[in-house]
Amino acid sequence: MDYGFTTAAYVVAAILFILSLGGLSGQESAKRAVWYGIFGMALAVLATLAGPGLGNWGLSVVLVAAGGTIGWYVAQRVQMTEMPQLVAAMHSLVGLAAVFIGFNAEYEMVRIAGLTAAGDAEGLAALTGFAQKVAGKTAAEITVLQVEVFLGVFIGAVTFTGSVIAYGKLAGRVTSRAIKLPGGHALNAGAALASLLLLALYLQGAGAWTLVLMSLLAFFIGYHLIMGIGGADMPVVVSMLNSYSGWAAAAIGFSLSNDLLIVTGALVGSSGAILSYIMCKAMNRSFVSVILGGFGNTAGPALAIEGEQVAIDAESVAALLNDAESVIIVPGYGMAVAQAQGSVSELTRKLRARGKTVRFGIHPVAGRLPGHMNVLLAEAKVPYDIVLEMDEINDDFPQTDIAIVIGSNDIVNPAAQEDPTSPIAGMPVLEVWKAKHVIVSKRGQGTGYSGIENPLFYKENTRMFYGDAKKSLDALMPMID
Amino acid sequence: MKIGAPKEITPGEARVALTPESAAQITRLGHACLVEAGAGAAAGFTDAAYRAAGVEVVADAAALWAAADVVVKVRGPAPEEVAFLREGQTLVAFFWPAQNPELLEACRARGATVIAMDMVPRISRAQKMDALSSMANLAGYRAVIEAANNFGRFFTGQVTAAGKIPPAKVLVVGAGVAGLAAIGASVSLGAITHAFDVRPEVAEQIESMGANFVFLDFEPSQDGAATGGYAAPQSEEFRAKQLAKFRELAPEMDIVITTALIPGRPAPRLWTADMVAAMKRGSVIVDLAAERGGNCELTVPDQRIVTGNGVVVIGYTDFPSRMAAQASSLYATNIRHMLADLTPGKDGVIVQNMEDDVIRGATVTHAGAVTFPPPPPKVKAIAAARPKEKPKELTPAERRAQELDAFRAQTRSQAALLAGGGVLVLLAGLYAPASFLQHFIVFVLAVFVGFQVIWNVSHALHTPLMSVTNAISSIIILGALLQIGSGSFLVILLAALSVFMAGINIVGGFMVTRRMLAMFQKS
Repeated sequence: MDYGFTTAAYVVAAILFILSLGGLSGQESAKRAVWYGIFGMALAVLATLAGPGLGNWGLSVVLVAAGGTIGWYVAQRVQMTEMPQLVAAMHSLVGLAAVFIGFNAEYEMVRIAGLTAAGDAEGLAALTGFAQKVAGKTAAEITVLQVEVFLGVFIGAVTFTGSVIAYGKLAGRVTSRAIKLPGGHALNAGAALASLLLLALYLQGAGAWTLVLMSLLAFFIGYHLIMGIGGADMPVVVSMLNSYSGWAAAAIGFSLSNDLLIVTGALVGSSGAILSYIMCKAMNRSFVSVILGGFGNTAGPALAIEGEQVAIDAESVAALLNDAESVIIVPGYGMAVAQAQGSVSELTRKLRARGKTVRFGIHPVAGRLPGHMNVLLAEAKVPYDIVLEMDEINDDFPQTDIAIVIGSNDIVNPAAQEDPTSPIAGMPVLEVWKAKHVIVSKRGQGTGYSGIENPLFYKENTRMFYGDAKKSLDALMPMID
Repeated sequence: MKIGAPKEITPGEARVALTPESAAQITRLGHACLVEAGAGAAAGFTDAAYRAAGVEVVADAAALWAAADVVVKVRGPAPEEVAFLREGQTLVAFFWPAQNPELLEACRARGATVIAMDMVPRISRAQKMDALSSMANLAGYRAVIEAANNFGRFFTGQVTAAGKIPPAKVLVVGAGVAGLAAIGASVSLGAITHAFDVRPEVAEQIESMGANFVFLDFEPSQDGAATGGYAAPQSEEFRAKQLAKFRELAPEMDIVITTALIPGRPAPRLWTADMVAAMKRGSVIVDLAAERGGNCELTVPDQRIVTGNGVVVIGYTDFPSRMAAQASSLYATNIRHMLADLTPGKDGVIVQNMEDDVIRGATVTHAGAVTFPPPPPKVKAIAAARPKEKPKELTPAERRAQELDAFRAQTRSQAALLAGGGVLVLLAGLYAPASFLQHFIVFVLAVFVGFQVIWNVSHALHTPLMSVTNAISSIIILGALLQIGSGSFLVILLAALSVFMAGINIVGGFMVTRRMLAMFQKS
């Protein structure tokens, strides 16, 4: 089969990918949309395998099958709470693949340059596939190709180590605190500058060592950049890496002159960029400030908090809930840590069975991944039509009898609105304190990840329900009637 | 510790500070309970019921005062009861220390600790022991019932075969706890209810109970929070306006319930004789402030009088006692909560923690010293009201100008972006080879499509979005597949590794997405 067929298949695949992303606008259409994606991918791979310029396709099929089996196994086994680390791990694979493919392209270029220099017309004529394309390029095109390869490798390398570190942080294998080597961002800037220098050398024909050295520098940048970002900023980091993996694919697409790679890479890249933007907006921080460091640098002395944290026991919580008409539950990362989504769902079911209005308020950055809470609640069979976004539900708190805060802290911190010197001042938050009663389920009296005191816990309508979220809720359950 | 409740000796007092139910709860705190024989009789609690709850019934007051470590009462102690007090004993009752300095001194001299239930600070944590509020709630309800009893007509409007009955019009003056309870009862009975309060911030509460707030156009000069949630005395000018408003309302109203009281002050005169004279025959005034002189000029404390123009003025001061069973169980519960706070260990040991805002506030004598008045509580009852910033009302012209400005700014920034982008693309076009530009167009268009599509993705599906983009970014497998056919071993190895990794990603990404999406269920 010839190029025409492959290209046609690519067009269809690209459209299927776009439909697959577009379908995610609603829960029901999304279930169909994922099949568009699967078919698009299958079509693209098959068309490439069947297309011209391919050797070793037996090996390819075996490897895809082997990789696919592992992917299948992981996808079936993964816990929904582990979703963030899985996504990060998968990003790292795309990044590494981009680096390898870039190296290969460089290798081919060198080989062809060698053949051309030797005047080996027979050798040149015997070239197939990618090599054949490269051989047909003019000098200017080769330069462009070199820049593309260089960029692809750079982005891929940053994505790889960055994702590995993000994975480590999310899985708890690397400390989630922000850590920087002495020198801080000057190191990153230096490494980036050195890479730029290497690009110039590389274009001058300094050889493959520049590419390898640049990869090492990029690996370092990825590592150091993500090490310097704290756990609570992970939603931004993961979406940013998502974006990078897309741009890496697009850059590789340019170097291989493959439009499908370019289109798909651009789709993924822009998707990740928008997600990062949404996450930053939800934290009222600029993208740069997230990348440049975590929380903790307060703009002034925090307002003194008056009052005391008042504890409450399961019996009294049950009494409040039994009297309540409307309840809003605000889950956070703590719910995921305690694996309490099942208990939350059970509680919701019981309350709803008694004719109470129960809804969920989800902050965009709740959890460690965009949309993390929605997935956890869906897993626990909480119907999605009672799970609302912050903007949809924020005005309803004053008419709500009870707001239950489970394992979230900064996203319900009134200091964001009341204390202009707070590090999170101006961040949009869920206004739970406007409800008649607020029950906060929390492990202990400490501050949350960001180390910011939360005046919510001291409000007079707030009661602290200390203890592991799952255990507390399970203790509460039999008393609801 | 032994907690004992004597029979109230004030004439007409039917309440009791300990009920069988509260005794059972107090026992759980590690205390033993005593009650004087017949103490609960007037409120409907028999000695047998007390015994069944494990309460020891003591024959007379002397024995009870001698045996109990903590005496719980409704009314403050009479002189003969003060004589029973001994050193180290605790007395819990409505004490009104500000009005009874001699009594306070007498109790101090006996060396007893006195906890005044009327001095419990009005903070959220102490609501469960706020006996004034529970009694006021009863009084408000009962006031409406007494009014209905003395009012010769229906509360609710009806159209019957025998003619049309207009609804009664009720005015509640003062929307504190009693006022709000009265509003609730009156609205439930079907009357058209109006309510007035000097604190404009309670308008919302009044309206939430279904009454109309009588609006007085006056610049608010005070903040209710500064006075612990009570109203503060008013200026002369304000008073004049207020009385004018009442005069205007008086002829229309069938029932007036006045509840205006500021603790420790004589009741303000709000309903003057000429207003009463202006009212219709058969109207009823219930004055809940009668004990402190009454809001109505004609009120005679503890009496029901009928004026010359046939208006009934009720000045009873014992509304809670008229509902003794209910009042006793509420008051006993308040007392029980107070004891629970006094017994932090639930081990029957009373700890007089003078650092605690609530206990400190309510304790008026302790360890031989008068501890009244208490220092201001550390916690404010109500957050200080912030001066509301009124958003500036824009004229239509200004708004149009603003919109135009915003539009212009947007146009400018878009034009600048497009121009900048265009120049960059043109520059690239000048130098880059044509083959690159072909791909570049595809790239730019794909980015545009991506931005348009992704903005529509629902927030709830961001995680599936990430996993699906992850899966499709493995399209990079195509690159590896194209290279795997190369002759060089190194290239084959690297390409093979890439194919393998992308394979993991494709299947893993799609499968996990499918798994997640399948979980989203509609209710």
